[in-house]
Amino acid sequence: MPVLSSPDIDAIVLSLKVAFTATLLSLPFGFLYAYLMTFFKFRGKVLLEVLVNLPLTLPPVVMGYLLLLALGKNGLLAPVLEPFGMRLIFTWKAAVLASALVGFPLLVRSIRLAMASIDTRLVQASRTLGAGSLDSLLTVILPLSRTGIVAGSSLMFARSMGEFGATIIVAGSIPGVTRTIPLAIYDYAGSPGGEQAALVLCAVAIALSVVVLLVHESLTRKLTRRQ
Amino acid sequence: MELSMAVYKRFAGGFDLETDFTVSGEQVGVFGVSGSGKSTMVSLIAGLVEPDQGEMVLDGVCLFSSERGINLPPQERRVAIVFQDSCLFPHLSVESNLLYGYRRCPARHRQIDVKALVSVLKLDGLLDRGVNRLSGGEKQRVALGRAILTNPRLLLMDESLSALDDALKLQIIHYLKRASEKFRIPYLFISHSLLEIRLLTDQVLAMGEGRVLGQTTPEQLARDRMGQSQVGYINLLQVEKLRKMGGLYVYRWGLEEIFVSAGDEEPMAVFELSSRDIILFTRHPEAVSARNLLKCTVMDTFPSGNKVGVELRCGHETLIAEVVVQAADDLAIQARNEVYAVIKASSFRRLS
Repeated sequence: MPVLSSPDIDAIVLSLKVAFTATLLSLPFGFLYAYLMTFFKFRGKVLLEVLVNLPLTLPPVVMGYLLLLALGKNGLLAPVLEPFGMRLIFTWKAAVLASALVGFPLLVRSIRLAMASIDTRLVQASRTLGAGSLDSLLTVILPLSRTGIVAGSSLMFARSMGEFGATIIVAGSIPGVTRTIPLAIYDYAGSPGGEQAALVLCAVAIALSVVVLLVHESLTRKLTRRQ
Repeated sequence: MELSMAVYKRFAGGFDLETDFTVSGEQVGVFGVSGSGKSTMVSLIAGLVEPDQGEMVLDGVCLFSSERGINLPPQERRVAIVFQDSCLFPHLSVESNLLYGYRRCPARHRQIDVKALVSVLKLDGLLDRGVNRLSGGEKQRVALGRAILTNPRLLLMDESLSALDDALKLQIIHYLKRASEKFRIPYLFISHSLLEIRLLTDQVLAMGEGRVLGQTTPEQLARDRMGQSQVGYINLLQVEKLRKMGGLYVYRWGLEEIFVSAGDEEPMAVFELSSRDIILFTRHPEAVSARNLLKCTVMDTFPSGNKVGVELRCGHETLIAEVVVQAADDLAIQARNEVYAVIKASSFRRLS
């Protein structure tokens, strides 16, 4: 029975931490974005839609490289980060950012599905009962998109656990710091005699993904039943 | 309640709505076939749809004015809607649904006691339930309660009874009237059913193709429509059960006794009788198979399409019969004539 070495446990904990933080960080934005796209008409909607969904089709490496350029010393975001002394590149925060960017479209998809199934007259009813639009958002739309929020979060969580391409560029593969499960497997696969360790981590990754996808599946079913 | 509405709204599909009316009263109806713009009018009054131009004033408060740049948001209009299919919040209990608007109503406007309303609408046993475990009639009662608890200046009933069967309809009508009178809440009752309009309102706006065609009384509207209607004018008879005789039920209707085949054991009832099911004789017919022979006085006659409506007085009660123009001429029916109205026992249709 092969056991997990201490660096492996570090990788698992880090993966969970990165995926959890990325999902949590994206949730408010994902919710607002879905709300905007479901209930409003505005100019440039299609463009925004394409931009947000780009990470679905774009190679993650491209996303990672663009992120690296943006966060680098002379990057686009440098003037924003510099005054706070924030250095993101090659830290676990960069891994979070990479995961958030790549997983965002998956999160939004489920939330939008849930929001589109809400009867608009329920929102209208709440408005005539004295609720302002923010009140209505929090007391009607939010609770009624709950299933979609949980489903989307679980999907994004799973995607973040598997994030590789963008992460390796922007965060590197520093053991104990930025080396998540996929990066560790990559390292094992490249070194002689690492097959056993790689397989163990593969098994962990499969187990985690199966659990998350089972949760997601049961929630999506609930959602379609309601529709 | 006084509502004046002079607005114009055009939709992408080509439909446009233009109104210019002032109506005052506590129980006002809006009548029209589907597609006539009734529901659009509801959305405009509630602030869910913005007119292109014009002005809307409710009880002296301007809800919308394109000229003055006023457009009160829905939550500040104090206009509540009861939708056709209740639109209760599925994630909340009955009690939380009821209190949704109440909690958002400023304290100075809160005049209705929750307990009193719950008892008027008989919702006591339902409060802890989820809304998905309610019957259609119960849902609509909760929706009505929820709307009333916002202490609205005006209650909009948008086809609120259309999805219910006759018995439930009468039940909700009863609750709506009681609640509206007890808590002094005026309503605008929107419906394509002339019967509902007649039972619930004392004046009515007739709508068609996005315009208000006229302002009249429900009674007048029913008489005007008698000629074109497939079922004629529907007389509503409030009766009291007397006894059962053979296969027939005997009811008291004013000073008269009527014989009905579709009766039951309830002590009180409302029956519908079409103007088409009444045959008029100028002299006493010696032998007829129909079970009801009422001696009446003609009060008035009125034209409606190619028919003539005849308003009859039987005792203290009024009955509307219809005859074709030739028959009216042949029988020389005119006011103050005595006639006999013959009605089959099977012509009465029970409403409750």
